[in-house]
Amino acid sequence: MMAGLVLDGLLALLVLAVAAWTIGVCQTFAATVGFTVYGLLLAVVWMRLAAPDAALTEAAIGALTGVLLLRAAIQLAPSEAGLNRLRPALKLRLLAGTLAFAITATLAAVVFHLPEPAPTLVPQVTAQQASTGLGNAVTAVLLAFRAIDTLLEAVVLIFALVAVWSLAPDAAWGGIPGAQIKGGSGDVRAYLSRLLPPVGIVIAFYIFWVGADFPGGKFQAGTLLAAMGLLATMAGLIQPPPVASRGLRWALVLGTLVFLALGLAGMPLAGAFLAYPEGWAKPLILLIEAASMLSIGVTLGLLVIGYPAGQAEQ
Amino acid sequence: MTSITLFGLCAAVLIGLGVYGLIVNPQPLRKILAFNLIGSGVFLFFGMIARRGAASGLGGDPVPQALVITGIVVAFSATALAVALLLRLDAAGGPSGLDDAVDGES
Repeated sequence: MMAGLVLDGLLALLVLAVAAWTIGVCQTFAATVGFTVYGLLLAVVWMRLAAPDAALTEAAIGALTGVLLLRAAIQLAPSEAGLNRLRPALKLRLLAGTLAFAITATLAAVVFHLPEPAPTLVPQVTAQQASTGLGNAVTAVLLAFRAIDTLLEAVVLIFALVAVWSLAPDAAWGGIPGAQIKGGSGDVRAYLSRLLPPVGIVIAFYIFWVGADFPGGKFQAGTLLAAMGLLATMAGLIQPPPVASRGLRWALVLGTLVFLALGLAGMPLAGAFLAYPEGWAKPLILLIEAASMLSIGVTLGLLVIGYPAGQAEQ
Repeated sequence: MTSITLFGLCAAVLIGLGVYGLIVNPQPLRKILAFNLIGSGVFLFFGMIARRGAASGLGGDPVPQALVITGIVVAFSATALAVALLLRLDAAGGPSGLDDAVDGES
């Protein structure tokens, strides 16, 4: 108990130190490297908070965010060079510090005055969980009890991608997203992107499959698929399809369409939108998860790749 | 002092750090980064609440945990959009900083 508290204390200090470094360091590139490390440390914190599903998501999404920010930092380096030397006025720093301190102090006070006993929905979840046939309570919440949140989230992802794509210059619209990368078949990126994806794809499907009963699920699996695709793309071994491609667009909306269709079918069959007929919950949830995993993987990967820039702007 | 309280305080400090960075750092990319720091602090705070709801064999309340997972993915998509906007602005030759953030500097 005591050893656990000491370890947690050290972990919290490490997280705060990396976070502070991310905010305070001069170079933007160094800050993004710090932020990538921070994402991995947060995954450990989630494990300590007994939330393995959140830990998997944080680790996977943290890595994608790292790639996104590192690449942006490199591209923006020339135009940010001047800004890196600027120091904000002392008055501004003092004001910001006071505001930040007030927010932290308020939240800290809240931590010590939370209601006792802690409110919890565990009894309701465990009472209903058997009807879904799922062993993982988090998956049961995501795909059955709060399915509407998960459905809307998939829609948000697609909207975000539409927004990113719509930033494309007129001339490049419909083209291949992101910067074109010339592959060198002999370099280490090409080697890694031949070595890792077979393993990564198997692990992704495993995480998806066990997600019904153990930590895992479509978000984590989809993120892993996206990472494998990005690896091969950045090594120049594969090229993302043009954004005008009909097949790509179907792949993007497949998960949401399956989810919506089965949700609507629930109205006549089970009496409510997004309700599952008795005894059919688990197979239907697995079907939704499989379709969503592919769509989420493609969407997340393309979000990192960015808008079609055409030839002129590279 | 328990581990749960400890991570709650950690989340509170992370949110404060993020707010400070959001206001003080003049580079837009650093503001996106700071905003993500605030977000992760809020998620962690939520995770702490979930951990307090542990009961009957479950390590934490699965409802807030599921919402956090949704939140992490949505936060990522918002970050990707913000970065894309920034890169497009840069490619179009727009201003690299936000004027009021560096107002009055020496």
